[in-house]
Amino acid sequence: MTDDINTVIEPGLVRPVIEPALVCPAPINQHSQILLAHGGGGRLMQQLLDTVFLPAFANPLLNARHDSAVIEFGTTRLAFTTDSYVVQPLFFPGGDIGSLAVNGTINDLAMCGARPLFLSAGFIIEEGLPMETLQRVVTSMRHAAHAAGVTIVTGDTKVVDKGKGDGLFINTAGIGIIEHTLRIAPGTVQSGDAILLSGDIGRHGIAIMAMREGLNFESTIESDCAALAAPVLELIQAGIDIHCLRDLTRGGLAAALIEIAEAACLQIDIEESLIPVVQEVQGACELLGLDPLHVANEGRFVAFIPAGQVNQTLDILRRHPLGQEACLIGHAQHGTAGRVTLQTRIGVQRIVDRLSGEQLPRIC
Amino acid sequence: MKFVDEYRDKDAAARMAAVIAQVTTRPWTIMEICGGQTHAIVKYGVDQLLPDAITLVHGPGCPVCVTPVELIDKALEIAALPEVIFCSFGDMLRVPGSHRDLLTVKANGGDVRIVYAPLDAVKLAQRHPEKQVVFFAVGFETTAPATALAVLQASRLNITNFSMLVAHVCVPPAIVTILSAQHNQVQGFLAAGHVCTVMGYTEYEPLAQRYRTPIIVTGFEPLDILHGIYLCVKQLEEGRASVENQYARAVRREGSGEAQQLITEVFEVTPRQWRGLGAIADSGLGLRERYAGFDALRRFGAAASGATTPTECISGLVLQGIKKPQECPAFGKRCTPEQPLGAPMVSSEGACAAYYRYRRQPPHSRPTLQETNP
Repeated sequence: MTDDINTVIEPGLVRPVIEPALVCPAPINQHSQILLAHGGGGRLMQQLLDTVFLPAFANPLLNARHDSAVIEFGTTRLAFTTDSYVVQPLFFPGGDIGSLAVNGTINDLAMCGARPLFLSAGFIIEEGLPMETLQRVVTSMRHAAHAAGVTIVTGDTKVVDKGKGDGLFINTAGIGIIEHTLRIAPGTVQSGDAILLSGDIGRHGIAIMAMREGLNFESTIESDCAALAAPVLELIQAGIDIHCLRDLTRGGLAAALIEIAEAACLQIDIEESLIPVVQEVQGACELLGLDPLHVANEGRFVAFIPAGQVNQTLDILRRHPLGQEACLIGHAQHGTAGRVTLQTRIGVQRIVDRLSGEQLPRIC
Repeated sequence: MKFVDEYRDKDAAARMAAVIAQVTTRPWTIMEICGGQTHAIVKYGVDQLLPDAITLVHGPGCPVCVTPVELIDKALEIAALPEVIFCSFGDMLRVPGSHRDLLTVKANGGDVRIVYAPLDAVKLAQRHPEKQVVFFAVGFETTAPATALAVLQASRLNITNFSMLVAHVCVPPAIVTILSAQHNQVQGFLAAGHVCTVMGYTEYEPLAQRYRTPIIVTGFEPLDILHGIYLCVKQLEEGRASVENQYARAVRREGSGEAQQLITEVFEVTPRQWRGLGAIADSGLGLRERYAGFDALRRFGAAASGATTPTECISGLVLQGIKKPQECPAFGKRCTPEQPLGAPMVSSEGACAAYYRYRRQPPHSRPTLQETNP
């Protein structure tokens, strides 16, 4: 930096009394355009929903802000959802954009307690994508759908000019059937409900970041990408009175709990030392200055259930391959509506807040 | 996790807090210099374990917060150029210049990229000879060796499309500025462990003597910080003022000779403007003349001066430990991470952001769930 912008003072000799001119500059005004952070699952995305989408499309089904819309036809209840997948790189340890697109939409259906039945698949392909890449992705989708017992019954293909896409975008929509009478939704959560987490958090986000940024850790961190319908349906079959389910995606555990606390008008209290994070993920987060609570997942969910059914639910989850690390992490209670608190490892309580946008790695 | 979990142990933290309470007989104000420590203190609630007599104030050790707005404006100008790939550490992307930030430039089509190491920017320059690759070299002495290494590498490889916007700052002159301030309240310092890993702490010894102020080189985990506070309070209570090394597992008195050599080879001490603090002599690092070819200010023109616009933001006082974030009338109202009035509300290491994120609504104590988890 050049000297000319400064009036230099001698350290210790002249004391700069803080004048108004030394304070920080004017604020950046409301964003007049979309930033990446608007898709990050944090506060900006929430603003986008509240100020653009919900006012435009408002209706009771959408306003429920659940993972799927639950549509009733006489005595039949269907769950309907859609999601788009824009991940880079297309292939990552533990999954790829294809399995992610199938599992992610299955999970949205499962979080309403639905049995996923049919999916659609829309492909936006950038000119120049190797045919072999598309073939691998489609094969992966076939395997993922088959494993979860769903059928891809309709689709769409568009090709955009080179440079107008990011290789491949996939949109999937899904329909599932709800075969029980439970009302699984944030509004059903009650004070005293126990909050169970199905496994360790943060693997997907760190796996993607490590791959994308070429970060080499001692061991490969694999994404948790998985379809969650099977363990959920087992819980329902066993008669667990599930009040709410939420899969943890962008925004991580923190965003999921804040959304539920707000929708249920309850306070949620969780405890840091009870939340499983594998050592590799913890290490990567320490290195990059990230909080695992805010890191993305694609195969984990939280369940809100009556406190009296905790042991039975944990037994069922822990017998399932996707729930072996399932644990109790906290409770919902009357208190400050919409607030999530965390008891830190050293025994002090603090609030858990949404991020403004994406978590950004720190400088040092 | 080794070297982490044992420094976040609840029982050990309670024991250390009890020892601090035992040795404390009167009020003391202690400043942690480093934004990483501020973040850890607020995130884990370390200050809530302390006796009321001890006040922690937060220092200017967030490199993002103290980077002058003129340089950020220059960064924004360069990043918007079509021939430029602008590289920065992640934290810098949201920091407001006079009218916008790097994320906005990116949204407008600027090629702005996060890198994890300065050498990654050099590699980018090699891969894109048709572009100008510019790295925003921000940080204290901790990041300076890696920056220096990137310059040396670019020089060795004769890379001509690489340059740096250098905004490195040094800790000791900031300590002097704070201690000699008219309204200074700081009686003891926790020095930044990572900085001392590179520089050692011989520079701090004359400062502790001259200002009769204990300086404790301290790590970043909750127990490190509690231990640092204990050592500091003990000195204050005994009327001593010296430099002590709490972070001995990472820091040696003389620091890392190799890292210091890298810094000395590439950089020289320069005056530097600090956002919120003003200009401080000998507080920055600038490229030596022999590496001036890598200076982005020479390549793209000097930064304009006087870009600051007075607002109600009191970040200058926060960065000096004179005020706490919640004492600002705009805190959490007109100043939020989405609409920051000042840099400390933006960076993850900024004191205002830490208080906003973790302290906006003071939590109340609740019983632990540990006993009820089957």
